Amino acid sequence: MAVNKGGEPQAAIVFRDACVKRGSTIIWRHGSFSIPQGSVTAIVGTNGAGKTTMMMTELGLQPLEEGSIEVLGRPAGQSNADIGYVPQSYTSDIDSNLTAEESILLGLTGSRFGFHPISQKERARTRQAMEFMNLTDKAHYRLSELSGGLRQRVAIAQALVCDPKLLMLDEPLANLDLANQRDTVHVLARLKRELGMTVQVVAHDLNMLLPILSGAVYLLDGHPHYAAMNEVLDAGLLTHLYGTSVQVVTTPQGDMFVTPSTDETQGAQIDRHDPTYLAELHHHQHRQDQTDPELGQRTGTNKGGQA
Amino acid sequence: MSTVNFFYDPDWMRTLSAPFMANAFLAGLCIALAAGVMGYFTIARHSTFAAHALAHIGLPGATGAVLLGLPVSLGLGVFALGGALVIGALGKKASQREIATGTVLAFATGLGLFFARLSSSASQQMQSILFGSILTITRGQVIGFAVFDVLLILVLMVIYRPLLFSSLDEQVAQAKGVPIGFMNLAFMAIMAGVITIAVPAVGTLLIFALVITPAATANVMTASPLKAMVLASLFCLLAVWGGLVLSAMFPAPPSFIIVTISTLFWALSKAIEALRK
Repeated sequence: MAVNKGGEPQAAIVFRDACVKRGSTIIWRHGSFSIPQGSVTAIVGTNGAGKTTMMMTELGLQPLEEGSIEVLGRPAGQSNADIGYVPQSYTSDIDSNLTAEESILLGLTGSRFGFHPISQKERARTRQAMEFMNLTDKAHYRLSELSGGLRQRVAIAQALVCDPKLLMLDEPLANLDLANQRDTVHVLARLKRELGMTVQVVAHDLNMLLPILSGAVYLLDGHPHYAAMNEVLDAGLLTHLYGTSVQVVTTPQGDMFVTPSTDETQGAQIDRHDPTYLAELHHHQHRQDQTDPELGQRTGTNKGGQA
Repeated sequence: MSTVNFFYDPDWMRTLSAPFMANAFLAGLCIALAAGVMGYFTIARHSTFAAHALAHIGLPGATGAVLLGLPVSLGLGVFALGGALVIGALGKKASQREIATGTVLAFATGLGLFFARLSSSASQQMQSILFGSILTITRGQVIGFAVFDVLLILVLMVIYRPLLFSSLDEQVAQAKGVPIGFMNLAFMAIMAGVITIAVPAVGTLLIFALVITPAATANVMTASPLKAMVLASLFCLLAVWGGLVLSAMFPAPPSFIIVTISTLFWALSKAIEALRK
């Protein structure tokens, strides 16, 4: 079972020293953290840091080199019936003749072999999912006729139709305009609030998600870390994370925004990943016997933040 | 100098009642059923070019079989199945790899020609393998086609939803526990079977118009997969039977008329679709 630390909500996802390799390259390692149930978590990191790979490991579709991952209390891959997954390709690649309704229905019946007529109950649940995603009037449209934003709503409805406990979305905000981004974020907020669902989102841009995020998994220097939101919103950390200068701004409403600084010549030397500093900052424990070659030299020059 | 003879044959009813015609009509029925159903999945999986290539991969099998004195369908089927399993094992992405598929297609066609040149009987059969000879289909072949159709329907009843799900999005289907590798192999293997029974009707070169085009036409008319499969089978049947009747009336090869009808249906549906917008 999942760890239950003194009254804290039960963990939805637990990483224990997880390491992933593709070919002979280590994508990331030393992943040890747990994500509480009912939280909305972003997975952030630069391109190629292994964000999608992380979702694949959680789904049990990408084997681990070392360590273990537990999802919803069971080893990764065994709880997939309770996970809704929306891949990134969904909005762009799908050119299908299926209607929105048929496609959502497949989320319920698509993995079933054998001859099964569709039951009234399944139809009703499909209608419910469509209502939740505000798609009822689009039920009979073909996917190929829908815009990217609508297709994504269909994809989310397809993931929701089986009443998942955990919803995973890969770059749900990419390729969407501002209004559609806001709608998607609103849907995620409702899922958390009304259904207590655990939500995990791969995201490039945190801004839209900030109001609803409980925390973030950030992939930095080949190591995944988890931190609550107030720790993540640190200009120094974000600058390291994205490899470019980032500022945190508190607006009068109390909302925090992460914005790239307007120009690069403000005096602050842009820091590119000083692993020593980061290792200290985020107290991730490297095993003493395994020295990371990158960590060999101790420079400690970085001061983070802006001048 | 010979003149092109394009006269109406008033005796066409007698031609139609010949025993070989009965076989041709029955074969058309079997082919239409299989092609309509699998044509839908081929389009849904974006594997139309791979399906087309399978027919060509079968070509050296067909001419090679003639060379060895074996049945054409056997050689064709074995080669198409072999090609299908390789493409299927490489994954759905691979079946969309047009350059690799096209290169293998061209090589296989060349190999088919080489085998055909090795013996005079294979040379004679080359034309009917390339362009079909629906009028020479035997009763034995028709029974084989019917058995294939029954198996096809039984298998599809079992794998229908997972096959559809994996056609829509492999990643999601895989996350939900659909064995996508197996679905790929199953789809390609069944496709090899459909190609094997459809080649005698229109040949390896024209098969696209018989297997894919009716499904494309049906897709314009309806969004429901089941309705699309029924409609595709119907269009395919009309093309084959229409081809048989018209080729009895006019001196034109059935293959030509079959693909013409199929193409006309498709062009018509596209025109209507364009007008509706």
